[in-house]
Amino acid sequence: MGSYFEGSQPGPFGGGNGGPGRMRGAGGPGSRPPAGFMDRQGSSFADFVGSHSPGLLPGVTPGPAVPAGDGQALRDLPHATTIVAASCEHGVVLAGDRRATSGSMIAKRDVDKVFRSDEYSAIGYSGTGSLGIEFIRLFQVELEHYEKIEGRSLSLEGKANRLAWMIRGNLAAAMQGFIVVPLFVGYDEGADRGRIFSYDPLGGPYEEHRFYSIGSGSVFARGSLKKLFVDDMPVRDAVLACVQALYDAADDDSATGGPDLTRRIFPVIATVTADGYRRLSEAESEDYAQQVVQGRMSAPDGPSAPLRATG
Amino acid sequence: MPFYVSPEQSMRDKADYARKGIARGRSCVALKYAGGILMVAPNPSSALHKISEIYDRIAFAAVGRYNEYENLRKAGVTYADITGYQFDRHDVTARGIANWYAQTLGTIFTESNKPFEVEIVVAEIGLQSSDDQIYRITFDGSVSDEPGFVAFGGQADQVSTALKERYREGLSLAEAFSAALAALNAPSNGEQRPDAVAAQLEVAVLDRARDHRTFRRIRTARLEELIGEVRAADQKAAEALEAAAAAEAAEAAKAAEAAKAAETPQTPAEPEPADSGPQVGPDAGSSDRGSGVGDGGEPPSSPL
Repeated sequence: MGSYFEGSQPGPFGGGNGGPGRMRGAGGPGSRPPAGFMDRQGSSFADFVGSHSPGLLPGVTPGPAVPAGDGQALRDLPHATTIVAASCEHGVVLAGDRRATSGSMIAKRDVDKVFRSDEYSAIGYSGTGSLGIEFIRLFQVELEHYEKIEGRSLSLEGKANRLAWMIRGNLAAAMQGFIVVPLFVGYDEGADRGRIFSYDPLGGPYEEHRFYSIGSGSVFARGSLKKLFVDDMPVRDAVLACVQALYDAADDDSATGGPDLTRRIFPVIATVTADGYRRLSEAESEDYAQQVVQGRMSAPDGPSAPLRATG
Repeated sequence: MPFYVSPEQSMRDKADYARKGIARGRSCVALKYAGGILMVAPNPSSALHKISEIYDRIAFAAVGRYNEYENLRKAGVTYADITGYQFDRHDVTARGIANWYAQTLGTIFTESNKPFEVEIVVAEIGLQSSDDQIYRITFDGSVSDEPGFVAFGGQADQVSTALKERYREGLSLAEAFSAALAALNAPSNGEQRPDAVAAQLEVAVLDRARDHRTFRRIRTARLEELIGEVRAADQKAAEALEAAAAAEAAEAAKAAEAAKAAETPQTPAEPEPADSGPQVGPDAGSSDRGSGVGDGGEPPSSPL
């Protein structure tokens, strides 16, 4: 495993075995305190984990490299699907459906793919589920760790760049087909607006303007958002547009889950504004989903955009 | 090494060296209050912190040499983050971190020529006040579990004594802050008075009412508010004391008159010292403090 529990790495509980700090003979002026967590350079958690116990990083497989999957095994891993984001008045909305699929089967109906990354940002992912969960956890700790070590938060661009670097760290796994693609949104205090950053399997970031979507249903979701999006929408409208887009994605993509009225499973919706990150409650999310579903009862294809540009 | 030095001698020298270094700085305090744990340190710098966040419910405070305790702080944050990342956020405990510090400081003390000149406190709030924990770790790696409050650094003994007088379970934030200020102003904890301005103080709490990350710095505006509250409470206490004294004087005068009228000169002299008994307590306390503080004009702190 190569973790510090087997003694192959300097552990958290003081110096490494027989490290310089423990050698009596080295007790001259050059003697040093125990290695390990002391004398840290830099403020990146992921960097530290990489040098300290690389086995803990997502996508790093212990032992010899795993041969590329035969395709079927890969497809059978649970995959997370569609995420949409739309900027709004003084902020940004991020929403995701709840389905995870294994090939053509539904692996899970109520999976969470939208998370708080810190007070002023949120992250969603699509791709290999297990890897994505580890990835998000690492990113959350990364941001908080920087904040605690440095006494200030990273800038929004700093966070976005950091995420790109972390995805690139997953290169080997990505080449084998274990792909995770995040969608990162945050509130930019200086500009007083929300911003959206997308990534490819090797990194990024690409800044997106207005709205964006990722995952299997993203094509349909983006088409829907394109017609519904208006600049500087109020937050409520932007949330509704995102739920409409997710409905359209679920309508045409088998891997995207629509609102599940019988089990009461609704999209996860988060907003990031000057007030910080907020995840809408189940009740609020249900309310939006019900609105959309009711509308579709009379118009199954949803609201239609005006054919001719007005004014 | 060219000459033989007995282990006893070498340990003693190192301990003296570390103690001297720590004694140069001023003391800090950490104490429980109803809503969590309060930490107060005299610190003129607003950028170089003595008190910091380690994890969701765990805070760190230190005195001594800045580069040394800053290094320990970063190590503590790393230890906490890696443990929480590897297991779960609930699996990071103050006890684990205190043990790690104890081991690290112990190793440094015995194995390097220069011991760290630091003293550390690691505090954690539980779900209820009874689950709160405060650990104190000294330069040689000894660790102690402190009940309710702790003063550490420079003149810890005097400050601790002063804090003990005022500490009780379930203080409000303002009361706890007042107790901390009074303790920090105890005789011989440096010449400056830290309560003079908010800019001279570093104050932070672990606030049970918050979820996720409970550590919160109390910054200038709120701090001035708190200082104002403490002053007002002191004023009130002083006024009450004065009023009580006046009432007592009037009573004594009345009693004396009555005694005179009754022509029995012994009786008023006897009960008077007994009557003023409760008054002697706070009075004696305030004069004690007053002498150390060197400010007779200030009303005495309320004996909360």
